[in-house]
Amino acid sequence: MKNILVIAAKEINSYFRSPIAYGLMAFFALIAGYFFWFSTAFFVQRGMESQMTGRSFPMDVNEWVIRPVLSNISVIGLFLIPMITMRLFAEEKRSGTIELLVTSPIRDWEIILGKWLAALLMYAAILAVALVNMLILFAYGSPDWKPMLIGYLGLLLQGGALLALGTFISNTTRNQIVAGVATFAICLLLWVLDWVTSFETAAWAKVVGYMSVLTHFEPFSKGVIDTKDVVFYLSLIFLGLFLTARSLESLRWRS
Amino acid sequence: MIKVEHLTKRYARNVAVNDISFEVEKGQIVGFLGPNGAGKTTTMRILTCFMPPSDGSAQVAGFDVIQSPMEVKRRVGYLPETPPLYPEMEVSEYLLFVGKLKGLGGNELKRRVDDVAGRCAVGDVRNKLISKLSKGYRQRVGLAQAILHNPEVLILDEPTSGLDPKQIIETRELIQQLSGDHTIILSTHILPEVEQICQKVIIIAQGKVVATDSVHNLTNRMRGSETVNVEVESRNGPLELTSVQQRLEQVAGVSRVLHKETRDSRLTFEVESLQGRVIRPEIARAVVESGWNLNELHTAAISLEEIFLQLTSVDAAKEAKQ
Repeated sequence: MKNILVIAAKEINSYFRSPIAYGLMAFFALIAGYFFWFSTAFFVQRGMESQMTGRSFPMDVNEWVIRPVLSNISVIGLFLIPMITMRLFAEEKRSGTIELLVTSPIRDWEIILGKWLAALLMYAAILAVALVNMLILFAYGSPDWKPMLIGYLGLLLQGGALLALGTFISNTTRNQIVAGVATFAICLLLWVLDWVTSFETAAWAKVVGYMSVLTHFEPFSKGVIDTKDVVFYLSLIFLGLFLTARSLESLRWRS
Repeated sequence: MIKVEHLTKRYARNVAVNDISFEVEKGQIVGFLGPNGAGKTTTMRILTCFMPPSDGSAQVAGFDVIQSPMEVKRRVGYLPETPPLYPEMEVSEYLLFVGKLKGLGGNELKRRVDDVAGRCAVGDVRNKLISKLSKGYRQRVGLAQAILHNPEVLILDEPTSGLDPKQIIETRELIQQLSGDHTIILSTHILPEVEQICQKVIIIAQGKVVATDSVHNLTNRMRGSETVNVEVESRNGPLELTSVQQRLEQVAGVSRVLHKETRDSRLTFEVESLQGRVIRPEIARAVVESGWNLNELHTAAISLEEIFLQLTSVDAAKEAKQ
């Protein structure tokens, strides 16, 4: 456990030593802020309409602001994740520091978990930037905080799953750019997979649709924790980390 | 301290290390000598548990590299060919990180970092970013990293490559200071380096050990007596072996004459000189004055370089024939 934290601390440190962390945070603050403004403006407009026309809409901040913002964030996440994971192993392999890690008295899975944990914390730190927007809602209204918390939990689970896959991809190459592009391709694919269900209802389409990470995020954004979604994300995390472990092992047999 | 038996490492298309065996005793500095691509790095990577061998076994400090890699890793300090440095870290930060990786902590860690920073003369750059360091400093930080947890065995892959002459001397001195407490294997293709700091040499070529000897023996062969190969031929009729041998033995400065082979009317001898004597001119004169032809006259072993080249190229030639 101590070793995992040593590795994680080192990774976090190197994120914040380079411009990556700040760049991603700034980019995310901008985009998330834009979506937040859009959703609140829409919400306010509906509020005014309902006053003017006298017709009453269900005015629910959770439904009209928080949920769409969280959904949008989960899509932005797909673009952030490759940039977080691409250097994790590729850089160590390129510069030869992987030799230091692998010949130290520390287990492979400790290295992998440490790096994945650091990536997850980095992702959480980026998400936290948009939390400022949410706090504004609490200052001017009284949204329900529980569904929001569940939404964030969903974001972290989804992020964790894609980060695990990204960690694996980073371990298969010594070129960061290749790792980043490949991870982005996988993220994109896992996003659009559920589109097949809109035109096809056969069993295979359901299976393919089930693989989509965004399908499983939907319930979280509504504030619902479904065991099946949690299991989906957890198994994806496990798969990604397991593949990383195998690929780190194969490095020793091949290199 | 280190025991390697029938070690073999096969890659997909080639054999990097082919059935090598050697032993290193505690406190020794052993030079691992060989041309590029001979299998030095592969052997070192196996000893540091970076990769497992395909065949054979290797033991470090009594622990097998396959059965108990953790125990081996705890006892080995390793400096790869390119020092494993993180450019975005400061030197002291890097050393603290490595120390934690090696299982050190608290006051002991701080004490060790201070100690190795002093020993490797990197104290004055402790707060500098590694990316800003010169090559010499990087190499020293790499060395500091390797000795940080006070390992019983140090494995250094070309520790002086790419340094300027002054830095090379400093690094050698540092390695020499480290011997005694540590058992050291260092790979190199610089021969004088081995001569200066190692007690034992393992020469490896094409994945095979071609010679293992103490530096003492090798340098004796180098500085001391000269071994000369002589081929003598008669101008008319067959030669009498004993008369030629006797004539050669009478030459001033010769300590021993060994008949090697007879081919037709040609005789080949290996003539050894006394310490520090040059005997080639005398032998030439003696042979010619006796009325024989001198077909060949060359020194068999004058330097470590020569031994090295002969061993490695003979092996290469054999390999090519196969």
